[in-house]
Amino acid sequence: MIDNKVIMAEDQDKILEEVTGGEYKYGFTTDIETEVIPKGLNEDVVRLISQKKNEPEWMLEFRLKAFSHWLKMEQPNWAKLNIPKIDFQDIIYYAAPKQKPKLDSMDDVDPELKATFDKLGIPLEEQKVLSGVAVDAVMDSVSVKTTFKETLAEKGIIFCSFSEAVQEYPDLIKKYMGSVVPYTDNFFAALNNAVFSDGSFVYIPKGVRCPIELSTYFRINATNTGQFERTLIVADDDSYVSYLEGCTAPQRDENQLHAAIVEIVTMDRAEVKYSTVQNWYPGDKEGKGGIYNFVTKRALCKGDYSKVMWTQVETGSAITWKYPSCVLMGNHSVGEFYSVAVTNNYQQADTGTKMIHIGKNTRSLIVSKGVSAGKSQNSYRGLVRVNKKAENARNFSQCDSLLMGDKCGAHTFPYLEINNNSAVVEHEATTSKIGEDQIFYCNTRGLSTEDAIGLIVNGYVKEVINQLPMEFAVEAQKLLQISLEGSVG
Amino acid sequence: MLEIKNLHAKIDDKEILRGINLTIKPGEVHAIMGPNGSGKSTLSSVLAGSEVFEVSEGSATFYGKDLLEMPAEDRAREGLFYSFQYPVEIPGVSMVNFMRTAVNEHRKYNNEKPYSASEFLKLMREKKKLVEIDSNLTNRSVNEGFSGGEKKKNEIFQMAMLQPKISILDETDSGLDIDALRIVANGVNKLKSEDNATVVITHYQRLLDYIVPDYVHVLYKGRIVMSAGKELALELEEKGYDWIKKQFED
Repeated sequence: MIDNKVIMAEDQDKILEEVTGGEYKYGFTTDIETEVIPKGLNEDVVRLISQKKNEPEWMLEFRLKAFSHWLKMEQPNWAKLNIPKIDFQDIIYYAAPKQKPKLDSMDDVDPELKATFDKLGIPLEEQKVLSGVAVDAVMDSVSVKTTFKETLAEKGIIFCSFSEAVQEYPDLIKKYMGSVVPYTDNFFAALNNAVFSDGSFVYIPKGVRCPIELSTYFRINATNTGQFERTLIVADDDSYVSYLEGCTAPQRDENQLHAAIVEIVTMDRAEVKYSTVQNWYPGDKEGKGGIYNFVTKRALCKGDYSKVMWTQVETGSAITWKYPSCVLMGNHSVGEFYSVAVTNNYQQADTGTKMIHIGKNTRSLIVSKGVSAGKSQNSYRGLVRVNKKAENARNFSQCDSLLMGDKCGAHTFPYLEINNNSAVVEHEATTSKIGEDQIFYCNTRGLSTEDAIGLIVNGYVKEVINQLPMEFAVEAQKLLQISLEGSVG
Repeated sequence: MLEIKNLHAKIDDKEILRGINLTIKPGEVHAIMGPNGSGKSTLSSVLAGSEVFEVSEGSATFYGKDLLEMPAEDRAREGLFYSFQYPVEIPGVSMVNFMRTAVNEHRKYNNEKPYSASEFLKLMREKKKLVEIDSNLTNRSVNEGFSGGEKKKNEIFQMAMLQPKISILDETDSGLDIDALRIVANGVNKLKSEDNATVVITHYQRLLDYIVPDYVHVLYKGRIVMSAGKELALELEEKGYDWIKKQFED
């Protein structure tokens, strides 16, 4: 006679093995002529990238300064991540789909490229675009197409690729680039500053509420290539913008490096909402392949009463190292961070935020929900710092972890540095498991175990998903279900 | 509709059900009574498809289909409803979303088109009225922060929504005050028809004043030791379970 518990354990194992049944949908590659430069990184490569992009002298100098600084830095290893040694000489630092030098209309975009973005659900023809979303599509190292540019220009809003901004708006770039994340900030930021390829630039003028959602869609296609994009958003006094970021990559056995920088600056009473659904290829079920995602995202709430809200749903990447942060410099400024990080199989995530209170009466809110399955490791790492002169700072942090199965790990590393007695800082943390009884309850109502888990996990992360714009929220819910298919704890 | 033959079930090598025989036909109400630890809850959760117990012998067929071969969700979709003694809380999942998913899974299984949002809300309004459940319960997360009585009312509401062929109510009366008991029992009575059957599992006779059974079975040490009409419940109430224990002591 077989012990009942053994049967249950075997069932669980079986179901856990099926975890990977949720196939990565975006793993295809586009067969397109790509221009690449040779592997490796040295000063000549930095010069070559700058030359390819036809950059002005000041931009090249900026890159070279960052590069020489990077050479003196060491790859950080303080995160709870097991990062295999990255050979920075084995990476291609520039790859671009070959296309006609000048795009006059949509007809000039390579049909293969159009098809790729269609397949990803990102149509580049404006009439087909989801209502109310303007898109900047970035493939490998270059921006392919930005939609709705003219419509936005009527309101004085600038939304274009970063390369274009360097050419067209050098004063704005010189003023704000590196003002939030200096090139000396960290190892991966320095690297990005030296070799960054493209990305998006947004400027919202005084008093303008951007009428549509702005969105950048990042796609890695070329093999052996790193992606180093940067985004800069400047919101002038009394302005508002909601910005979305999505990303996918082909399924490959090799690990590919993604090291991006996002900088946000908000002036008086300006508000920026930045939402990410990160779905880079996570690697296969044995942990082979996948994207290494080392990203520096930071907002400077420069003006009084300004507000920045980060919302992220992280389901992809083999390794995620990411801490979208807010520097609350303006009085009464507000920073919010909502995060869902899902790890499965051999994925590793070390993610969280930093809230730096500098101005008076500043407030910050942190809501982090981790979901770990398979043999993954999922860490929340967050810093709340209240400076000496930051009177009446308020922070509330809530960090919840949900475990599925007994082979994964969830960790919470909160850091508090409080230097002003008037501060009120609260931290709550919980760890839970999806209960067999919850799943059985759903089963007896006619729900399959998979659907039950999807429902329970989506209930668990609802607080965060609710912060996402409508279309994104629906996509994120589906994504969560796929990422966790079959994983029972 | 439900035919249970010589059903044995155990947990950790401890045999709890030791040969249950029971036949239930449409339109009938059966009460299963018995002292604590006699196997009442085990029987109901085995029928509902719990994997905590291992069925070691016997059979259970539901309209000719082998019930024990089906996963719990298929038993539900075939028309078996199980009302929990301790309904489970699912934080963050709204009752509306939960029920809509459940009802549409039933419809899909029966090759029916899923309900649209408006059709579903209409159905929900009707059923809420039928079982006298407050609107604020269905606006909350599944059982989260519900009182004992609210949880039981919510079970009956779900039963109304899913329109099962057979309902097994496990200790539905436990933890209910007299008003809640009346509402819950009224709900069950309203849902009764010629085509469906109800199995009421209870320790006390009290519930049977409201839900009048056609048959009363006494479960003791994993076997049905006595079956009779509703008068048996009254006799038990009067003489207590010791009366049974004395008669059937091994």
